[in-house]
Order: sequence, then structure tokens, then C-alpha cells
Amino acid sequence: MIAGAQPLPPAATRRRRTISRRRRGRLLADLAGAALFAVLVFPVYWMVATAFKPGRDILSLTPRWLPIPATLANFQDALSRPFFWEDARNSLIVVLGAVGISLAVAFLAAVGVARFGFRGRTAFVVMIIAVQMVPLVALIIPLFLLLNSAGLTDTLPGVILAYLAFVLPFMIWVLRGFVVNIPVELEEAAQIDGCSRTGAFIRILFPLAAPGLVAASLYAFIQAWNEYILAYVLLSPPQLQTLTVWLAGFTTNHGTDWGPLMAGATLTAIPVVVFFLLLQRHFAGGLMAGAVKG
Amino acid sequence: MGAVATTDAAPVTPRPRSESLPAGRRRPALARATPYLLIAPACLVLAGVLGYPLLNMVAVSLQRYGLGQLIAHRGNFIGLGNYTSLARDPQFWGVVLRSLAFTAVVVSVTVALATLIALLLERMSRPMRMLLTGGLVLVWATPVIVAVDLWQWMFDYEFGVVNWLLTFLRLGNFIHHNWYARPIEGFTVIAIVVIWGALPFAAITLFAGLSQVPSELVESAEVDGASGFQVFRNITVPILRPIFLIVTSLSIIWDFEVFIQPYVLLNARPSGPFMTMAVFMYVESFRVSQYGLGSAIAVVTVALLLAASFYYVRQMVELAEAPA
Repeated sequence: MIAGAQPLPPAATRRRRTISRRRRGRLLADLAGAALFAVLVFPVYWMVATAFKPGRDILSLTPRWLPIPATLANFQDALSRPFFWEDARNSLIVVLGAVGISLAVAFLAAVGVARFGFRGRTAFVVMIIAVQMVPLVALIIPLFLLLNSAGLTDTLPGVILAYLAFVLPFMIWVLRGFVVNIPVELEEAAQIDGCSRTGAFIRILFPLAAPGLVAASLYAFIQAWNEYILAYVLLSPPQLQTLTVWLAGFTTNHGTDWGPLMAGATLTAIPVVVFFLLLQRHFAGGLMAGAVKG
Repeated sequence: MGAVATTDAAPVTPRPRSESLPAGRRRPALARATPYLLIAPACLVLAGVLGYPLLNMVAVSLQRYGLGQLIAHRGNFIGLGNYTSLARDPQFWGVVLRSLAFTAVVVSVTVALATLIALLLERMSRPMRMLLTGGLVLVWATPVIVAVDLWQWMFDYEFGVVNWLLTFLRLGNFIHHNWYARPIEGFTVIAIVVIWGALPFAAITLFAGLSQVPSELVESAEVDGASGFQVFRNITVPILRPIFLIVTSLSIIWDFEVFIQPYVLLNARPSGPFMTMAVFMYVESFRVSQYGLGSAIAVVTVALLLAASFYYVRQMVELAEAPA
């Protein structure tokens, strides 16, 4: 191949060699990518496969790669464990409470920061960012002491309050980004056409920020749904815990029931995975481009 | 986009963008108060659930605060007593060093692997890239607690697929191998769980950054005979510097405060050699009911992480101020 290229001028040769190097590189990259995909995704596959296997296939010394024959017994077992339904309900209450409150509070703050110049604005932004760097783990003791003195340990409102601590700064930050990207000219145009400033907010800004609101609440949902340490410390009665704590407590003293545990883990992961996939769509940009030009 | 709209609006309102639009329909005092009213709820909530607890953490770290004080809701001031007893505790220094070493190893491996994955993603064909991105997102979406459970199953001493695979590959006899008997092996498992969970965010962020590298720059360098490594070192890395800083500092913070992975992997009974900062802090406060001592550990943790977060905060603030 190199011999055939010889009569060409040197620059073209070099370019052609670069291209063929590219093509070979792409093939290698594809192979490496496939191997990487297998290694990365296998644990998730193994969890789901185990969840569908009957007990004797799970406890086999040579692994059985496919869940054939498949069974739903592990899921039935997991769902009938004590406190699954109570704890799933608790998770839902805590997550919805935290997301609802933080969404309202964060949207107002995001509009304030993104739309107004005011004294102390930079300080507020710096605080919002810096506060996200506080390790959550460091907060467990003071939050526990605070809620304990308020008589709010072992209550779901206490956990909701605690979750605001780490959900809120992030939501303000995300929503600020969305609001900044909505051209202020749209609101100004509405105001020129006779809309009040509040009216412009409600009719123009709010609907245009809707994808941001969805994205921010999905993020907060995922964060709060996955949270473990605060729930573990703040809620001790088993009927008051959240699903993550329930899942972590699955191991009993006489060994682990891997089948039901993997089924429970799969069930816990499903809402988060679904929301994650939904979230991806909201990053398709260009939403605003048509709004101004049209 | 914004510029186009501004020129359109220019004939109508010659003034630049201003606070309250056509002539003071509202009282200026109210208009001036609006932004403060908007951020007031957020400030209130943050002061309540973050500001006060953080200050209280520092205060409690200066107190003897045990079970009795918990019931009475007030501790006894003992000055720096908790800090001096920590400084004299060899176990504490072991925990600090262990956490630092763990963070250093895990962060370097995470960032290095994520960079490799990002570079691979850039070079592979479209369908393969979509497949691998999908796999990364799936791993990213997996809740930490679920990840810990499934890796626990993978590394189970009796029926774990890892032991079977290592034995099958003739890498030694791993039948009934207990990974948690020796701390170094146990920490290997913990590191694998943490890295597996952290890779997607780092890789996808770096890949997004790579698309900012102008392709003409890379092509002209290649035509001029630069090797792949030279391109990476002299073009890619300098342009991606801020993104590397963000990913690294976030990873440092997450890995230094690692709690769920060691705690749940060891079935909530972590022994001495498995203590990381967060686990040690948890055990000292909630098991032994020494909340003052636990707060002191928390203060030390935050102090150690301040340096790492500095870069992140500075980058993000620059980002926030740029469009305004």
C-alpha cells in the first residue's frame, strides 16, 4: 500500500497515511469499546440475571450465565419481606416532599440570581457553589443534633428538612443555568405588549423554564431516592425507614439471600434508571433558538 | 442569538437592558427589594439546615457531648480537648493516612481511566459510541447502595462470579477466597466499587470537554507529524485543564468522604483496619455516643477538603460570572 502511494506528492501521502491510521485506530477503538462495555455493564446484568434465577441456579459453583429457567420467586420474596411497602412509601413521601419544597424555593432564587443585578449577588452565587462542597457526611452529626432537639428524629418531615440541605443548592445552580439561557428580550417584549412584570414571569419565563424545572426535579429525585446515610442515622424504627436503608439491612445474621436481595436491588434501581433516561432528553439544546427568531 | 434580539429591540427602547421596564410603573423601593424577596426563602432554608448546623458542628467539637448531653440538649465546653485527644490517638492518624492514600489511588485511577474512555469514545464509530455511552449512563444511574449490593454478590466468597473467573483464568486458587480477610484486598474491592460508580460521570464530562477541542488544531498538528501522545499532551490537556480540575476536585471530595461502600460492604461492622474518615466519624459519634469527638473529626474532614474544593469553586464562579 505504501509502495502504491509512492508516486504521490509527500503531503498527500502523509494525509492518506493519516487517514488509514485513523481507520485502523477506529477499529481498535471499537474493539476496546466493546470490551469496556462488557466489563462495565456486566455487574448490572449479573444483578438482574440473578434476580430472575431460581435458588439452585444462584448457588451453583460454576456460574450459570443466563437466567434460564427464569422465575419471579425472588421478586415475590423481596416484596413480601417485612416493611418493603412501608419503606417504599416512606421513600416516596420523603422524595416528593424534598423535591416539592426545594423546587419552589430554588426557582424563586434562580430567577432572582439570573434576572436581577443586586448587591450581594456574587456573594450568594459563591455561597451556593461553595456549600455544595460541604461533605454530606460532615453534616450528619449537626443535623442529627438539630433535629433531635426539635423532636424531629424518627419523623419523615425531619428527613425532608435534612435533604433540603444538599438538594437545594444544586437545584438553584441548575435552574439558574436554565433561566440565564432564556433570553430576557422575550419578557421585555411581553412587557412592551402590556404585560406586567409578574405576568411576564408567569406567561413567558415559567413555561420556557419548564424543561429546567423537570430536569432539576428529576436530579433532586435521584439524589434523594439514593440517599442512605442521613436516612440511616435519622430514622431508626424499621417501618419508618426508606428503601435504601431497607435494602442495606437485607443481610441477615445467617448469611445473605442473594436472589431476593438482587431482586430488591433491581426494584430500587428501576425508578432511578427510568428518570435518568428521561433526563437525557432535556439536554437536547436549541430550544431557545426558535423562540427568539420566530 | 441574544445580540440579534437586542438589535431588534433597539429602536423601541434605546436604553440598555434595565431593571424595571417602561417608566416607573412600580415604586422603585419595591423593585429594588424584588431580588432579595426572591432569594429570601432559599437563604432562610439554607441558614436553617446548613448554616446553623455547620456552626453548631464547630461549637460541638469544642464540647464534651455524650449521651447525657444529648438528652439535656447541651454540651460541656472543654476547649480543644477533642482535638488534642484526636491528635494523641494513633488510630486517628492511621485513619487520616488511610483515607488520604485511598483517595489518592482512587482519584488517579478514576481520572486516568476516564480520560482513556473519553479518548476512546472520540475515536470509535458512531454505533459503538452510542452503545458505550448507554452503558456508562446505566452504570451512572445505578444507586450507590444497589452498586454496593451487587458488587458484594460478585465478590461473594462462596458463589461469587469473581472468584470463579479468577480461578478459571488460572490466576490462582480463589475458591472460597474471602476478600475481606486482608485489608489491602478489602480496599481493592471498595476501590473497584467506588471507581466503577465514579467513571461514568468523569468519562462523560471529559468526553463533552473533548468536543470543545477544535479539530483543525488536531488535524494540522497531525499533518505536521505530531504523534498521538504529543497531540494529547500539547493540545488536548491544556484546553481541558479546567474540566480536569473540576473532575479531579469533585472526585477528591467524594472519595475522601466515602462511607456507604466500606460500611455496607462489611455489613455495617467495619473493623479497625477498614475505617475511613467518614466511617470512623460515624462510629465515634453514633456507636460510642461521643458527638463532640465526632464533630471534631468532621471539622478536620472539612478542613482537609477545603483545598480541593477551592479550585472547583473558583472555576464554577468564573463560569457563573462569564455570561453576565
